[in-house]
Amino acid sequence: MEMPTPDASILARKSRIVERLMGVLPKTAVIHEEVETRAYECDALTAYKCPPLAVVLPASTEEVAAVLKICFEEGVPVVPRGSGTSLAGGALPTADSVILGVARLNQVLETDYDNRIIRVQTGRTNLSVTGAVEAEDFFYAPDPSSQLACAIAGNIAMNSGGAHCLKYGVTTNNLLGVTMVTMEGEVMQIGGAHLDSGGYDLLGLICGSEGQLGVVTEATLRILRKPEGARPVLIGFDSNEVAGACVSDIIKAGVLPVAIEFMDRPILEITERHAKAGYPDCEALLIVEVEGSPEEIDAQLGLIKQIARSHNPVELREAETAEEAGRIWLGRKSAFGAVGQVADYMCLDGTIPVSELPRVLKGIEEISAKYGLKVGNVFHAGDGNMHPLIMFDANKPGDLELCEACGADILRLCVEVGGCLTGEHGVGVEKRDLMGAQFTEADMEAQMKVKDVFDPAWLLNPAKVFPLETSRTRRERDVAA
Amino acid sequence: MLSPASEAELSEAVAAASGPLRVVGGGTRSIGAPGTGEVLSLSAISGIELYEPGALTLVAKAGTPLAEVEDALAKEGQMLPFEPADMRALLGRDGVPTIGGVVAANAAGPRRMLAGACRDALIGVRFVDGAGTVLKNGGRVMKNVTGYDLVKLMAGSWGTLGVLSEVAFKVLPRLDGATLLVRGAKGADALEAMVRGVTSPFEVSGAAVVPGEGTYLRIEGLETSVAYRIGKLTDLLRDLGEIEVTSDANASAAIWTRIRDVTDYADTPGAIWRVSMKPTDMVDRFLPAIAEIGAFDHRLDWAGGLAWLRLEGDDSAIVAAHHAVQGAVTENGGGHATLFRAPEAVLRRVDVFQPEAPGVAALSNGLRAKFDPRGILNPGLMGGA
Ligand SMILES: Cc1cc2nc3c(=O)[nH]c(=O)nc-3n(C[C@H](O)[C@H](O)[C@H](O)COP(=O)(O)OP(=O)(O)OC[C@H]3O[C@@H](n4cnc5c(N)ncnc54)[C@H](O)[C@@H]3O)c2cc1C
Repeated sequence: MEMPTPDASILARKSRIVERLMGVLPKTAVIHEEVETRAYECDALTAYKCPPLAVVLPASTEEVAAVLKICFEEGVPVVPRGSGTSLAGGALPTADSVILGVARLNQVLETDYDNRIIRVQTGRTNLSVTGAVEAEDFFYAPDPSSQLACAIAGNIAMNSGGAHCLKYGVTTNNLLGVTMVTMEGEVMQIGGAHLDSGGYDLLGLICGSEGQLGVVTEATLRILRKPEGARPVLIGFDSNEVAGACVSDIIKAGVLPVAIEFMDRPILEITERHAKAGYPDCEALLIVEVEGSPEEIDAQLGLIKQIARSHNPVELREAETAEEAGRIWLGRKSAFGAVGQVADYMCLDGTIPVSELPRVLKGIEEISAKYGLKVGNVFHAGDGNMHPLIMFDANKPGDLELCEACGADILRLCVEVGGCLTGEHGVGVEKRDLMGAQFTEADMEAQMKVKDVFDPAWLLNPAKVFPLETSRTRRERDVAA
Repeated sequence: MLSPASEAELSEAVAAASGPLRVVGGGTRSIGAPGTGEVLSLSAISGIELYEPGALTLVAKAGTPLAEVEDALAKEGQMLPFEPADMRALLGRDGVPTIGGVVAANAAGPRRMLAGACRDALIGVRFVDGAGTVLKNGGRVMKNVTGYDLVKLMAGSWGTLGVLSEVAFKVLPRLDGATLLVRGAKGADALEAMVRGVTSPFEVSGAAVVPGEGTYLRIEGLETSVAYRIGKLTDLLRDLGEIEVTSDANASAAIWTRIRDVTDYADTPGAIWRVSMKPTDMVDRFLPAIAEIGAFDHRLDWAGGLAWLRLEGDDSAIVAAHHAVQGAVTENGGGHATLFRAPEAVLRRVDVFQPEAPGVAALSNGLRAKFDPRGILNPGLMGGA
């Protein structure tokens, strides 16, 4: 993975730039000593690292605007950052960039149950949004596994999803409005507490734009009343194909579970050793969760169990108590951590049509054998969002490159069967150079034109999403000219 | 009239156009004053390309009749989640509504508040921009964050950024429903009934007010579950009015078709606005404010987040009312009001869309200039010159 050569003229102006930033922010909100900027050298894609020129931590929309104005005038690239949990390198700095972290913008501005909305500053963590409304039995639906740490800012930038998205949708379906600051420092309100846009859907465009269109400082989010209850079943199968067919049949039957999670044998073995959730010894395991009153849950699970039985599962286990439900989810929730205990891993998130599940799982097996790297699959099966975890050894020379090549093959396969490179993690730098597998030059040109409108100088997170070669003329254009 | 039969022909037609084009699907929900350009009809680019019930996805060419899509889905017990309206009766049009027109209008019926609008179910588009270039965005999978989301941008752009050639949707199982009416609830009580319904755990999928009748709530799902939730909601709401339950699925569906298509205002005179605001702003602030302007008749949907307004008057009265309505939206919390139906002479005198704040308008205009540099796609609509 390559990053643009840092602009020497910016590096040379570091002290002046830092001084100007200190003029609009409290001293503690500007970090510029190399020992300290190192804390911001990467996000959760730790394979790539680079300390930024400086880090700013503004505490208000006005401070964000002031910072951006200065960076715009100085021609300094800005990389917005939430909590730094991106798996795609979305928050990876370049040496000539300023990291603009929104962690200090973490207030709840308004909760309004009658209108089912909450307004927050975007540095607030995902889970603490639900935390702010759960006493009233409400919740914020998108639930990335990283929800304890990740910020609403990053969720909006990546259009993040989670296990319960099958029913409730992803971030973009739960976002009503934002306050956004453009690279020039102009503050804008896009959307609000009403539904849909009266003009072009700029909100839909901003969500998922990976910090390249503006810095989002406040968000109006849809909150929902909690269902009366929820209950999972665990279903084990002796083949991936049969598990895949079962997913498809459940969906076709007209019940829409809130979650259908899939784990394959490599993941099950590692997870079982680590979390001891008591999962059955099988090739593929599904966790299906439904919601409602006890009677409604019984009715839905009745139907699901009937479908599952028609596929001869090796195990079908329904949670009778909250404790048992917890055990069913335990392994799934510890899967990533468990894999992290035994190896370094890269987590992909290509999405495929659900009908292609068996074929893609088979293809992944072959690719895994070809590269000699172990690949486990744990993912949101209901919506076809795969999470192949490629295990490698970061200390072994050449293993990272091998892993990248293996990942690229898997993602190409996803695109080939009608899917896409990323379902919820974003392109960042990780999948940037594969964009051409999914899009034509014209398709990418159309997207880059959007950035031209929002950020004509191409200073916001410029080296992401589009292959460097594709975006080169725009990034290197002399703005003053 | 241009009537290309394929995406390639569409691309050629747009590239070769020397003047403005009026992009038409079925012409059943077009908005604003009729444009002056040559008609570009999509009706020959038609047909369902792919439908996989087990993957909840459907892909259709833009000119496919909406009815063809809905029939195919119904055969498998599925539906478009966003419940697009049939606007023919309200607008006094005939013609065949197309799926591309639904997308261009970002249509959404009563289920909007629970399941989203067309934009939320739309997972992929193919379109031809104003230069004639064929483009795609999104795809046929339910989750996709690869690159910018131009899918959302195309939804509701009314043919001004590109001409849609193919659209892909996430669909949902179709569920039977029942309806509960809180008869006689009005004003604050009518809102209260909706609020209690949609903030309950009983998953209300429709919440509307017909003045003079009361608040309607819809519950959908497996039969046992519907009966259970109707019971719970009845207990929750009985202090607000007399509860009437329509359990028959067809009778219940008919109530929501009436609300969705605003058929109460078909065959009535007067102008019609469609207003989206925060529900409490709508009921507590906006409706009282416009009562000062004129004798508006209204219907509420989306738990109060959507209002259909109707006002009778001569052309200049309607023009004045239009500005006043849009002003009242801005002054009372924000949102948008669109003039949906009015005499052509009125439509020629106003911008039917809510004016945008200057910064936002600059972005919108910038996008338009990029996607349609020659300004030939539906010029005059959505602020285009
Ligand atoms: C263990 C683990 C599990 C995960 N599970 C999931 C999951 O289930 N589902 C899922 O979708 N993701 C998941 N992720 C990925 C990650 O958590 C999400 O992408 C998350 O939304 C990132 O949020 P963040 O605040 O950490 O953003 P960051 O990593 O800080 O930044 C992400 C992107 O957002 C941009 N950005 C940040 N702040 C702003 C702002 N204010 N304005 C504009 N742009 C901004 C950045 O420039 C960057 O491009 C997981 C990650 C980990 C480590």
